[in-house]
Amino acid sequence: MNAESRPQPLGGAVFTRPVLVLAVFAGIAGLLIVWRFIVGLGASTALNDGYPWGLWIAFDVVTGTALSCGGYSVALLVYILNRGKYHPLIRPALVTSAFGYTIAGLSVVVDIGRPWIAYKLPFFWHWNLNSVLLEVSLCIMTYTVVLWLELSPAFLEWARTSTYSLFRRVGDTGLPVANKSLLWLIALGMLLPTMHQSSLGSLLLLSGPRLHPLWNTTLLPLLFLISCIAMGFGAVVMEGGLSSKFLGRKFETDMLAGLGFAMLPLIGVYLGLRLIDLGIRGQLGALFAFDHYSVMSVIELALFVAAGVLLATDRRRHNAGNLFRAAMLLVLAGALYRFDVFLVAFQPGPNWSYFPSVTEILITSGLVAGELAGYIVLIKLFPIMAGEPQAAAA
Amino acid sequence: MGISRRSALKVMAAAAATMVGTTLSAHETQAAAVVARPDAVGMLYDATRCIGCKACMVACNEANDVTPDTSASGGLWDMPVDLNEHAKNIIKLYRDPGTGAQSFVKRQCMHCLDPACVGACMLGALQKGEKGIVSYNPDLCVGCRYCEMGCPFNVPKFEWSKAMPKLVKCELCRQRIAKGQEPACCEVCPVGAVIYGKRTDLLADAHQRLARNPGSYVPKVYGEHEAGGTQVLYLAHVDFEKLDLPAYGDESVPRRVRRLQETIYKGFVAPVALYGLFAAVMLRNREKPDSAKTKEGQP
Ligand code: SF4
Ligand code: SF4
Ligand code: SF4
Repeated sequence: MNAESRPQPLGGAVFTRPVLVLAVFAGIAGLLIVWRFIVGLGASTALNDGYPWGLWIAFDVVTGTALSCGGYSVALLVYILNRGKYHPLIRPALVTSAFGYTIAGLSVVVDIGRPWIAYKLPFFWHWNLNSVLLEVSLCIMTYTVVLWLELSPAFLEWARTSTYSLFRRVGDTGLPVANKSLLWLIALGMLLPTMHQSSLGSLLLLSGPRLHPLWNTTLLPLLFLISCIAMGFGAVVMEGGLSSKFLGRKFETDMLAGLGFAMLPLIGVYLGLRLIDLGIRGQLGALFAFDHYSVMSVIELALFVAAGVLLATDRRRHNAGNLFRAAMLLVLAGALYRFDVFLVAFQPGPNWSYFPSVTEILITSGLVAGELAGYIVLIKLFPIMAGEPQAAAA
Repeated sequence: MGISRRSALKVMAAAAATMVGTTLSAHETQAAAVVARPDAVGMLYDATRCIGCKACMVACNEANDVTPDTSASGGLWDMPVDLNEHAKNIIKLYRDPGTGAQSFVKRQCMHCLDPACVGACMLGALQKGEKGIVSYNPDLCVGCRYCEMGCPFNVPKFEWSKAMPKLVKCELCRQRIAKGQEPACCEVCPVGAVIYGKRTDLLADAHQRLARNPGSYVPKVYGEHEAGGTQVLYLAHVDFEKLDLPAYGDESVPRRVRRLQETIYKGFVAPVALYGLFAAVMLRNREKPDSAKTKEGQP
């Protein structure tokens, strides 16, 4: 990395109108969360004994953390496949990941009925090691901390340039320590998502007898893992597109096209496994049953295929608009897959139905708004984005 | 293009192959099947004897301090539509639309031999305790409701109406059993349609009834093997599936999960190894010049 591409704060006014609008949404969500704790889950959500998990789990936690796999996916690319040229993408990706995971954690606190017991989670003498959910919770909690620690150099670099001598001293002493331990943190930051993103799929194995055969496979964890890495790349590309549109950044076509290329084998392996698995279990026919299960599956698979087609040639990947659309389709595909497994495939019986309540939707969107506002503020104040002018990509 | 097609594909293929291998080999490793413990107790419900008087529902509410569910009766009497936060026990009526044949069925926790709810629960709020009774301890319950997602019989229910909710489910009146009494529902039943006893005795009793009156029963004791076996057993004269007792195989639900988890996480070896591998590759890459740069321009 040469000096020019060092991350720099974007600068500029922090509390712009978009940030304030987003903050209002987040504020509404905050009030609704207070209300949810006063009246309980029954009055504030559409959750019920048939569908005890709804939007907050399926979207905020399961889909949200998969969308926040940018930090994980790009780290695999840079540190494992040794593609240094993607290094400038890491910090911004880590910021979205850190926010995404933090939001997921918050949603869990809102979702669980007895959060005041949750402080006992680290008490290992209570651990039920057979519980997949325990593994997921501990892993996600740890990873959220790891993500913010991975970002610590950004904060320390900022502290070093501060006008306060105390901050400067913290920055000067902290930075070398942080940089030295970074490798071990990053390795942890790749291990933990490998574990919990796959386990998020294993969660529903326990509902196996009540899961529609189109989705009920022991390969759930593997399919979740592969698709989350692809979604991570997709999210980074979308982020690039959005920040070029709204923050006046340059769209790094060449670099992002590289991510587009990285998505291809993931899409291929995912689709291959999915179809082979359906074939082995004799469920290919169920794809064409034209009930709503088959329709959902087909849409899901078609989204993956469409993303793959849009990314198929070098030309297409270097077309910014096309690349952005492909990333969006891929992210949608992965999100729909997760919704399908958690809300469609799960069949508690004919007497139950679920559609999220207004409160659930407002809280989820408010949290996402808060995440966006936080992201904008952070990249303006701290050295996250690679400095412009960008070193002409290698 | 930054990534050389061949090396990326190689890594992907290798990773995918290992993982498919791991997941599939999970089918071979044997997470032990759970068998009934010698002191296991349970209930035997004989649908051919039940007269649908619902005395057991009243007794259950009384014995367990459950407030009656009057929402469907305009606040007048206990009338739950299904098991819920106000009903640990319910008598339902099934009437066949074709033949008009009918049967009552009593629903409550099945006290599975290998319970999915216990496998789900993070801190062990749900436990298979003394006599194999599946008990609930609110002090360790975070209210995640994963037990509801897991239970193949839709049994655990949640106090949705409360700001400080608990989980609600039949605990086989363990407070009464501890005092040497029977479960309230068994004690009160006027015709002995539901009886309490050791699981082995109940099974023998059930098979005897089947042998004596083969014409009046579906020839099966539901719960002997279903979903790995349960401590509450059923006899009936209409198909069990119509009574909300699905045709589950002999394998318990959590066993499949354990098999997979034990394969991947046995002794935590794989995660530690993967961590070491990540770190080693990073250290090596740090020494090596970035391979991407030399391959620039290649797709
Ligand atoms: S019936 Fe459900 S709640 Fe009862 S022991 Fe079995 S899994 Fe647990
Ligand atoms: S809701 Fe409570 S009892 Fe049920 S799995 Fe979660 S922590 Fe355990
Ligand atoms: S055993 Fe007790 S708690 Fe369970 S259904 Fe009977 S009376 Fe109710």
